Amino acid sequence: MDLKLGHYNKDGIEVVDVEGEIDVYTAPRLRELLIDLVNKNNYQLVVNMEKVEFLDSTGLGVLVGGLKRVRAHDGSLDLVCTQERILKIFRITGLTKVFGIHETVDLAIAAKKLEK
Amino acid sequence: MATVEVTFTPLPAHVRTARLVAAAVARRSGVDEALLNEVRLAVGEACSRAVEAHQRHCPAEPVTIEMTDQGERFVVVVSDHAPAAAGANGNGAGPRGLVEVAHEEDGGMIPAGFGLAVISGLADDVHVSSTSAGVSVRMSWPSAITA
Repeated sequence: MDLKLGHYNKDGIEVVDVEGEIDVYTAPRLRELLIDLVNKNNYQLVVNMEKVEFLDSTGLGVLVGGLKRVRAHDGSLDLVCTQERILKIFRITGLTKVFGIHETVDLAIAAKKLEK
Repeated sequence: MATVEVTFTPLPAHVRTARLVAAAVARRSGVDEALLNEVRLAVGEACSRAVEAHQRHCPAEPVTIEMTDQGERFVVVVSDHAPAAAGANGNGAGPRGLVEVAHEEDGGMIPAGFGLAVISGLADDVHVSSTSAGVSVRMSWPSAITA
């Protein structure tokens, strides 16, 4: 399973849909997309990981890098994920405390609006 | 005792193949289905680390994975062959290869050894050995042969 990426804007927040496997081979594509979105002045991001089948530390690095970039512009990067096998790697690494992790895209967007 | 050995050119594209093979051999060895995802992830992390080390120091050398069914344990050893002396890259954080640098372009927010930390969280038995010949990451999980 390769990596499929898509993105759309909803209520002023850029939602990135990720499908497939994020690893050392595919992660650079996600990195490029996040950098491109930030370069186009999108600083409120939600990464929807509900269709992610595999995530390793390279993928985590890309997400942390994206978070750092949006925070430099007072933005935020939240995640949508309910899959236990994906959440486990966030727990192991302590990153559940770094990212806002939500059950649905709508809940993530609602949380972001409350932050504003 | 049965061993499956895989060698692959140190390219990121092959890491997926490596972890899928490891999961298949683990299943064959009787590793519980609930643990297969951990095997897949841990072997992938170890292979990613080895690929990065080889790409920096010896891109022509293959990475080796050895998977052994030892009856009650399924053992995976991922070995790189990057020279240990190459570790003198300024960070001084232990044996070369144990310092993860893959994420430096993300601003260094992922700390050194992150991949190994993930492995430690996934396998209940992890040993890392560093010699002049390279670094080996040995991981094992319980297996129960019923066939």
